[in-house]
Amino acid sequence: MQESPKYWKGIEELESSPEFIKNAFNEFDYLPVSESHGSSDATVAPRRDFLKLMGFGIAAATLASCETPVRKAIPYLNKPQEVDPGIANFYASSYFNGSEYNSVLVKTREGRPIKLEGNPNSPVTRGGLSARAQASVLSLYDQSRLQNFTIKGKAAERAQVDREIMTKLAGTTGRIAIVSPTIISPSTKRAIAAFAGRYANTEHVQYDANSQSGILRANGGVLPSFDFSKADIIVSLAADFLGTWISPVEYAAQYITNRKVSADKKTMSRHYQFEPYFSLTGSNADVRVPVKPSEMGAITVELYNAIVGGGTASPRVAKAANDLKAHRGRSLVVSGSNSAAEQTLVAAINAALGNVGASVNTATPSMLRQGDDARMLRLIDDMNRGTVGAVIFYHANPAYDHPQADKVKSGLAKVPLTISFNEKADETGSLCTYGCPDHHYLESWNDFEPRRGSLSLAQPAISPLFATRQAQDSLLTWAGSNQSYYNFLRENWRGVLGAGNFQAAWDKAVHDGVATGTASPAPTPQMAPAMSVDQAVAAIASAPKPSGTELVLYEKVAIGNGCDANNPWLQELPDPVSKATWGNYVAVPRKMAEANKWEQGDVLKVTANGKAIELPVLVQPGQPAGSVSIAIGYGREKAGKVGNKVGANAYPLATVRDNALVYMTGVTLEKTGATSPIAQTQTHHTIMDRKSVVQESTLAKYIENPKEVTEYDKIATPEGLEKPNKVSLWQDYEYKNHHWGMAIDLNSCIGCGSCVVGCQVENNVAVVGKQEVINRREMHWLRIDRYYSSDASKKDFATKGKLDTYAAMEDPSENPSVIFQPMLCQHCNHAPCETVCPVLATTHSSEGLNQMTYNRCVGTRYCANNCPYKVRRFNWFSYYSNEKFEDVNGHMFTDLGRMVLNPDVTVRARGVMEKCSFCVQRIQLGKLEAKKEKRRPMDGEVVTACAQSCPTQAIVFGDLRDPNSRVAQIWKREDGERAFKVIEAINAQPNITYLTKIRNVETKEVRNA
Amino acid sequence: MDSIRLRSLPHLLLALFLTFAAVGSASAQEPAAGAVGQAPAVSKEGVTPGATAGAAPAAAAGATTGDAAAIAAGDALFKGNCAQCHAINDVVVGPALAGIAKRRPMSWLIPWIRNSSKVVASGDEYAVKIFNQYQKQQMPSFQLTDAEITSIVSYITAEEGKSAGAPGAATGIKAADGTETPGTAAADGGSSQTMDILLIVLVVVLLVLIVTLVIIANIMKDVLRGRKDLDGRDVELLDQRFDFSKIYKSNVVRGIVATLFVLVVLYQSLQGVMAIGIQQGYQPTQPIAFSHKLHAGEHQINCAYCHTSVYKSKSANIPSANICMNCHSQIKTESPEIKKIYRAIERKQPIQWVRIHNLPDLAYFNHAQHTQVGGIECQTCHGPIQNMEVVYQYSPLTMGWCINCHRETPLNTKGNAYYNNLVKLHETSNSAKPFTVSSNGGTECSKCHY
Repeated sequence: MQESPKYWKGIEELESSPEFIKNAFNEFDYLPVSESHGSSDATVAPRRDFLKLMGFGIAAATLASCETPVRKAIPYLNKPQEVDPGIANFYASSYFNGSEYNSVLVKTREGRPIKLEGNPNSPVTRGGLSARAQASVLSLYDQSRLQNFTIKGKAAERAQVDREIMTKLAGTTGRIAIVSPTIISPSTKRAIAAFAGRYANTEHVQYDANSQSGILRANGGVLPSFDFSKADIIVSLAADFLGTWISPVEYAAQYITNRKVSADKKTMSRHYQFEPYFSLTGSNADVRVPVKPSEMGAITVELYNAIVGGGTASPRVAKAANDLKAHRGRSLVVSGSNSAAEQTLVAAINAALGNVGASVNTATPSMLRQGDDARMLRLIDDMNRGTVGAVIFYHANPAYDHPQADKVKSGLAKVPLTISFNEKADETGSLCTYGCPDHHYLESWNDFEPRRGSLSLAQPAISPLFATRQAQDSLLTWAGSNQSYYNFLRENWRGVLGAGNFQAAWDKAVHDGVATGTASPAPTPQMAPAMSVDQAVAAIASAPKPSGTELVLYEKVAIGNGCDANNPWLQELPDPVSKATWGNYVAVPRKMAEANKWEQGDVLKVTANGKAIELPVLVQPGQPAGSVSIAIGYGREKAGKVGNKVGANAYPLATVRDNALVYMTGVTLEKTGATSPIAQTQTHHTIMDRKSVVQESTLAKYIENPKEVTEYDKIATPEGLEKPNKVSLWQDYEYKNHHWGMAIDLNSCIGCGSCVVGCQVENNVAVVGKQEVINRREMHWLRIDRYYSSDASKKDFATKGKLDTYAAMEDPSENPSVIFQPMLCQHCNHAPCETVCPVLATTHSSEGLNQMTYNRCVGTRYCANNCPYKVRRFNWFSYYSNEKFEDVNGHMFTDLGRMVLNPDVTVRARGVMEKCSFCVQRIQLGKLEAKKEKRRPMDGEVVTACAQSCPTQAIVFGDLRDPNSRVAQIWKREDGERAFKVIEAINAQPNITYLTKIRNVETKEVRNA
Repeated sequence: MDSIRLRSLPHLLLALFLTFAAVGSASAQEPAAGAVGQAPAVSKEGVTPGATAGAAPAAAAGATTGDAAAIAAGDALFKGNCAQCHAINDVVVGPALAGIAKRRPMSWLIPWIRNSSKVVASGDEYAVKIFNQYQKQQMPSFQLTDAEITSIVSYITAEEGKSAGAPGAATGIKAADGTETPGTAAADGGSSQTMDILLIVLVVVLLVLIVTLVIIANIMKDVLRGRKDLDGRDVELLDQRFDFSKIYKSNVVRGIVATLFVLVVLYQSLQGVMAIGIQQGYQPTQPIAFSHKLHAGEHQINCAYCHTSVYKSKSANIPSANICMNCHSQIKTESPEIKKIYRAIERKQPIQWVRIHNLPDLAYFNHAQHTQVGGIECQTCHGPIQNMEVVYQYSPLTMGWCINCHRETPLNTKGNAYYNNLVKLHETSNSAKPFTVSSNGGTECSKCHY
């Protein structure tokens, strides 16, 4: 073995000097690492270590991600007998938010309320449900609810709060006031009485944010109940009875029974609406007359004179008056005014027409409005005078929703003891010393009597989420009673349910949610009306007439008086008429906007009574000339992160006259130069004479020949004009088992939006917020299209030229008629979307459904592009995790909020398309229930959420294969008469058929263009 | 360097070939074992759809009857109340019940079942004897009506008759599961075994042939070399040696090998990726060593006794502690595992089981549809649960697995009026094919995804 020669690099190596050895293994004796880091700190990781660590980290992460995480299955410790995981339980309950009443069924899953449905047993709401009631389930999981008792805003022990309050109450010298909105619970009133029994100088003051104390005064302290189904002629003087006035769900159900037509029943009521702003009710009227706010009184007087006074009617009201006179005993006049004088005249008109006892019922009065403006105003004055010793706010928020909110705030500072039962530290609650938050209504026992003789119960559907206590329990505790409110309530009901087995009767009442009987004291003998007819006429004549522009304040269908402003579902529900979401605005007539050179979105400074707010302009066709309208309920300061600072608060613009609140006033408008875009879900206004989209006709034409009211598209073939389905590229499907279909009666649809929210709750539809609505990316699976009529039509082609005519057709009339059309996935049999999907993510089922498979979708959006109905919605963002949406869609971000999600429906990820599924989860459930019981599903057992929630049953869903189903009957009955498919000529063959709207107008001509 | 690589190529080739063979045979066995093999081996125990739903006792109180309705009612009641401690022919916790009607009169049985401790306390001779014989284990009291108890006894009488006729058939699990080599499985495996033997014989014959041929060739060569009269060309032919280096120097061979290599790597990685998230065989340790083998296997407790909602709900629910307490308030109270349940109840801390079967949220699965309506046995998807000491995930729970079953399984339409018309339609139009789940739309997207 030969050894290789060894060479030395230098003399140092040969000598192996210590210095050489030290440096021998250090290739680079100088590295600029520490300098580049700017520090010689040893803790700073050098680059190589970083890379090593990163490499290791990535490898570890990859390995870890291959391992599926361990998931736990945690059963009940002691399973409640009635709860089975995976099966929904329904409990009857009642919703009442101080102004609107609904009898509901609460759908719970594993003990969590996830949806509300109408209670069909209720004689009042008859299974319908308003949008606000639908959405109220979300307020249960509202993060901004007070989670414990507070003293001066700081969390406190309940016992300590009770002790302090009871000591202070005992030592109170002045009056004790309990301030609440209308309370329709007989037992709550007794609890208040029990409290008043202990503290003698207690006064219960009720006031309504959108007050109706005028009608109470005019009718001697009772609010008559109305029955719109018994009226052939309905005249409404600014009463939005289908949207916001007193009991809209009840009235809508009554109203529509007399509006539905078929070949067998060719009659319908005629509805006149005189109003100072464009309301939901006005858009459903056969004859709508826009009237300036200050002239509403004069209109009432004219109508009174024409009917009772015997004088000749002025032309504005002549037709209405003649119709009313021709239908004595079968008509109804209602007024939404808060003026006792106007209501006195309306009562007199109804009496003269013989409607009392028929459509107007004073024997079983409505309890839904009991607010007394005068008492509230007196209380505010007394508070400022310092004569009030204690005040308890029970769901009342006058520091926000009273026109004299400033005086309320200053007065509160002078009251020694202030207590709030409000669920949140809202504008009023945060000014009170003690916060004793009430349970949410879904956590409470309670009873309600919306109409004398019709009782209903509320039962808890979930244990209290937070350390709250039911307000009635608080009152009873402070009154020194040991009884729980539940026992107190049961004791009260002993008298109602009569002799016999109380427990059985009580169980039945709790189960049904409703009971007949009354728990209220007998109605006080009618007080004399506040004024005589002559006094009323004089009062109206002497009322001040504002010169210049007039303002009227109104309530919106979704937001109402503002108590639910923190509900994102309601904020995003488009206004039925303007289709605006997320905020209020100044609705101005087109002429006024043109004259002042205001563009939509220009911010105006609105000044009235020395107070000013700034809001953007919205050009509203149908707004009476010389007037503007602004919605109340917006501009909350302390509602929660959804509702805060949305829009501006218009309550301060209301005035007080004659001890009553007046929601109209003279106003000055100035352009500020700023702009603020309005988030509208629909910005086109007319259908531009495209009859195939939506159709309407007149009753006269319908009576003449029902087969001529609908125009059917025909296509040209070599054999002449044919029905579009005669020529088809596609093979027809054969449906052997089920064929799900829908019928939507445009005559019954009032556009209230209950279905939109119902769909949103059922299908976990995300809320996207104002900016994304402006970007036209709202996610609603079901929208309600609103079309105005135009003055121009294709008949003008010859005279005005095509281009100009088309331009004119885009503009709505000054006072347009309106048609609503719910638009959702049409589940076409020849679906254009299905043929273009490159990954087969949207396919057709053997039951007629157009299926959307989220986990297969890659987001090309070809389907949305190819959809003629524009009903597909794309997930541009992860609405459940993207921080941009945390404010508006916050309920999908927290464990608390996620409790409201429907566990049977996937929350869709970013980048996939979604759309109406015909509530396939409900279809599957209905089929399974039938299979389990070895039978076919019954008609009405399988219904979509929209059909379920519709208060007017405009939407009917069912199996077209079942010849006896309601939907199959409608399809068969209306074929060739009112049934039409939207854009039939393209032969998509939808599974939804619409029924032509019929208007009961005098002419035969159809105005819609 | 180059030569080293080349020399190793044949080895690599061999290795690849073996891998291929292994993978191929493994995947070939899978469907055979998964889909066909197990289904018949599954027991017929207990899971009668609808049994728990509402079995109203139909027997007249006092006398046992052979009435079918009474027996059916008794069946449900027996499985719901008695089966966790009693079997017909075997001693489980309590005595075997065969012949009970002959042993004791109804007038004795009814108070005994209602409240056995009272009967023991009354000093009844037989009762005391039984009590002492079974380790003084007290039988819980059952609040059953006379008619219900009678129907249970009718059921027991009917069952003992059956088991006498065909031993082992009635008690289900024991007969059908794997503890004693089941006949069905053997018969099933029979055909494949003969195939294997045939193959082995063939291979051996081939090998013998090859060896024989090589030996013959060598002998021939030696003989030729021995001969001197060969000319140059013949010698060249005889001494010709096959040059193996030519093979691995050939571009074609190299190309083929490289392609094969890439394909195998791709295939393997694809398989690896596809297996992500599939937890077949997942067998986590549970917080309490609960044995399905003991409860469902040996004691034959009906699945629905604990998994109460399996016939009515989407989820089969994991039993709550109060269900455990139905028995374990009395049985094996000293076991450390059972003390964990007591502790959970005392502390009001629910037991956190490790979830074994995890479907992704995007897939909707409903137990009731499969058990109550489809009449599928629990074991079809969950495997031989009655043999599992610790439960593992038996099926892959992949979409392919679901779809495959939907394509192959005939719809359970018998006696279900929901399907009457559909069956008629199918028979008139397409009677040759079976009426499967998928022919009724069971493979459509929105049946499971919404």
